[in-house]
Amino acid sequence: MDILNSIILLLNYIFIPALSYGSQLALGAIFVTLIYGILRFANFATGDMMSFGTMVTILFTWYLQSLGFSLGVLPTALVAIPFAIMFMVAYMLFIDKFVFSYYRVNKSPPVQLAMVSIGVMFVTQAIVRIIIGPADQRFFDGQKFIIKAREFKEMTGLNEGLAIKSTQVLTIFVTIVLVSLLFWFLNKTKTGKSMKAYSDNEDLALLSGIDPKRIVMITWIIAGILATIGGVLYGLDKSFKPFTYFNNMLPIFAAAIVGGIGNPFGAFLGGYVIAFSEIFLTYAYKKFFSYILPESMEPESLVQLLSTDYKFAVSFSILVIVLLYRPSGIFKGKVL
Amino acid sequence: MRKNLNVIAAYSIMMVLIILVGIFQSWNIALSIFNMCLISAVMTMGANIQWGYAGLINFGIMGYTALGGLAAVLISVDPVQEAWRAGGFDILMCLWLIIVMVLAIRFILKNFEKSKLRTYGIAAIIVTGIVIIRITAEPGIEAIEAVNPAKTGFLGGFGLPIIFSWIVGAFFAAGLAFIVGKVALGLRADYLAIATLLISEIVIAIIKHEDWLTRGVKNVIGLKRPAPYEVDLQTTDWFINLVEKFNSGKLALISNIEDRQAALNQLVIEGSSVFVKLCYSGLFLVVVIVLLILTQKALYSPWGRMMRAIRDNEEAANAMGKNVVQQHLFIFILGSAIVGIAGAMLVTQDGLFTPGSYRPMRYTFLIWVMVIVGGSGNNFGAILGGFAVWFLWIEAAPIALFLINLFTAGIADTHALKVHLIESVPYFRYLTMGLGLLLIMRYRPKGILPEKIEIK
Repeated sequence: MDILNSIILLLNYIFIPALSYGSQLALGAIFVTLIYGILRFANFATGDMMSFGTMVTILFTWYLQSLGFSLGVLPTALVAIPFAIMFMVAYMLFIDKFVFSYYRVNKSPPVQLAMVSIGVMFVTQAIVRIIIGPADQRFFDGQKFIIKAREFKEMTGLNEGLAIKSTQVLTIFVTIVLVSLLFWFLNKTKTGKSMKAYSDNEDLALLSGIDPKRIVMITWIIAGILATIGGVLYGLDKSFKPFTYFNNMLPIFAAAIVGGIGNPFGAFLGGYVIAFSEIFLTYAYKKFFSYILPESMEPESLVQLLSTDYKFAVSFSILVIVLLYRPSGIFKGKVL
Repeated sequence: MRKNLNVIAAYSIMMVLIILVGIFQSWNIALSIFNMCLISAVMTMGANIQWGYAGLINFGIMGYTALGGLAAVLISVDPVQEAWRAGGFDILMCLWLIIVMVLAIRFILKNFEKSKLRTYGIAAIIVTGIVIIRITAEPGIEAIEAVNPAKTGFLGGFGLPIIFSWIVGAFFAAGLAFIVGKVALGLRADYLAIATLLISEIVIAIIKHEDWLTRGVKNVIGLKRPAPYEVDLQTTDWFINLVEKFNSGKLALISNIEDRQAALNQLVIEGSSVFVKLCYSGLFLVVVIVLLILTQKALYSPWGRMMRAIRDNEEAANAMGKNVVQQHLFIFILGSAIVGIAGAMLVTQDGLFTPGSYRPMRYTFLIWVMVIVGGSGNNFGAILGGFAVWFLWIEAAPIALFLINLFTAGIADTHALKVHLIESVPYFRYLTMGLGLLLIMRYRPKGILPEKIEIK
């Protein structure tokens, strides 16, 4: 019984939150890695592009709610996402046309493009804050929990409750579907293969008749889908605040580099590596040990490796270690 | 003279703008903008040394600024005797343990061949070291933080004049830069940018949460000043006389003695804060000028030529026998140290240390906008960038408000759109910065005052 209790405890406080947080990071990391692999620059506007997509979703959600539209148990935002993606892709293509393409055509060094992306970051952040403001926005509606802790306890008779939020399940489900579709697209379709070819060797790809404009456009479209959905899932699960989205850029970068930048599968796993290590290292295991150890050996302290204040610092330290010992990431990405 | 015409013109325009703020808004605002411009100029000079001279990207400016600020606290605050008695011993023990740990790692690195076993050994030492340090430190930290937590709750500093912290801050930042440089300088440019950005976040996390050292998010307020206090000035005779003499024309117009006294009091209050700000301006100006002379000398010295050679063609410089790795590390430390000075100056001016206020937007990306806009590789450009961008950062909101009112003049004041726009006026500064950066990058990629190397 105690073993079961301890497993439920870990599931409830570590496994499920880490899985959903990791999924949100993974979507962002694939976004970073695609831009890096195909357009060849580190996009510092990542977090703010995600917040832009989420903002549009929120505006559509509010509009739909004002019409009295509802999906019942599911959040209304799901209906708003396709519209938001259209907006987001249009915004990204607009920026690419007027900002990034000039440097791409001139073959500017990647650092210059990264600097330009900082300009885009400032502008996007300004737009989001001017339109929706810097405050916290909650746009979740529908049923909040799939299983409540109390119901679970009554159902199983265990001491520990297991609460599963519908947003967590939604996040994991959507991520799996989206990522499988993406990998199918990249590995099986002709366009996906030509994207990979372009990422591997631009000149060779041009020689074999691949149209760079089309590749760039498709990259931005995929990026727009990933950014919007990743942002919305994070916003549904936690809440939407422009500043947190900007900050999320940092663990997202860490995930992309840890997984091997330029490698979408690496970025996908990198998201989970970052999320799990953050939560594993900052969780207080006192209760867990009190279940599995005999009473006499119960620990007095919290048995916490690091205080939760250092959550971000954990992921960044992992990044530094990876950069030191395996600069190309866990799964070989582009060699530095 | 002719050659430098654009420099003189750019600086004159900047000065005129600040004077205009003084005339139309108030001299207080103009001077506080001017002081912050000077501090920003020091930061940009630091970043410019790294980026403009050597082509190294450092997105960790926030971390070095914060360390400079920490130095200001540790130097100027009086030591908290009670806290030292409560937990000082434990903390000193930890310091020893850290030194022992570092020495042990160095010993292993020197005396053993590179192998998997060595890597695991070092990892084991670090992990056990951290666990032992945590166990040793815990009671000490708890004891220190329990000492009068509302007022102190930390070890305090050395109680020295805060001016010294400008040098100490430089050393703190240099120390951090040494570690970061050793770890990250081998990386390619954009990875270096990301790595430094994340490391600076780690530094901020530590400063925010190690309350025994920094008071963390409880902030340290009321730091000692190198300048006189307004309250003291307002009661000092020579200062009142000075203000009276300065405004004698204005005061003479008021015939009623009581009214004149009231007007004088008002002027003294205003004058005292202007005077204090002028003191700071003087101090900061000295730092900026000294740094400018030094960096200019360095730029045209053989060392400066070598740095440019390394920047423009690393392999060729390497082939000529220049130690690229060492020089990169050196210039990384140098630039970061200058940023550390700026961090200490900032805290000195504010008189308070708020770890929560260190955010990458304000302390890393904005400084980079300054460097790019001003002109990388040119010290005058870097300073101008600091001035121009900070000026815009502050004045963007009033300008935006003016423009909004102008364009929405036809709409009623209660219209939702107008109200919303006026509420979001502060965020127009981000828009201005972003558009400014994008336009400069596109149409004048070398900045307002581009790098100009004269071969003498």
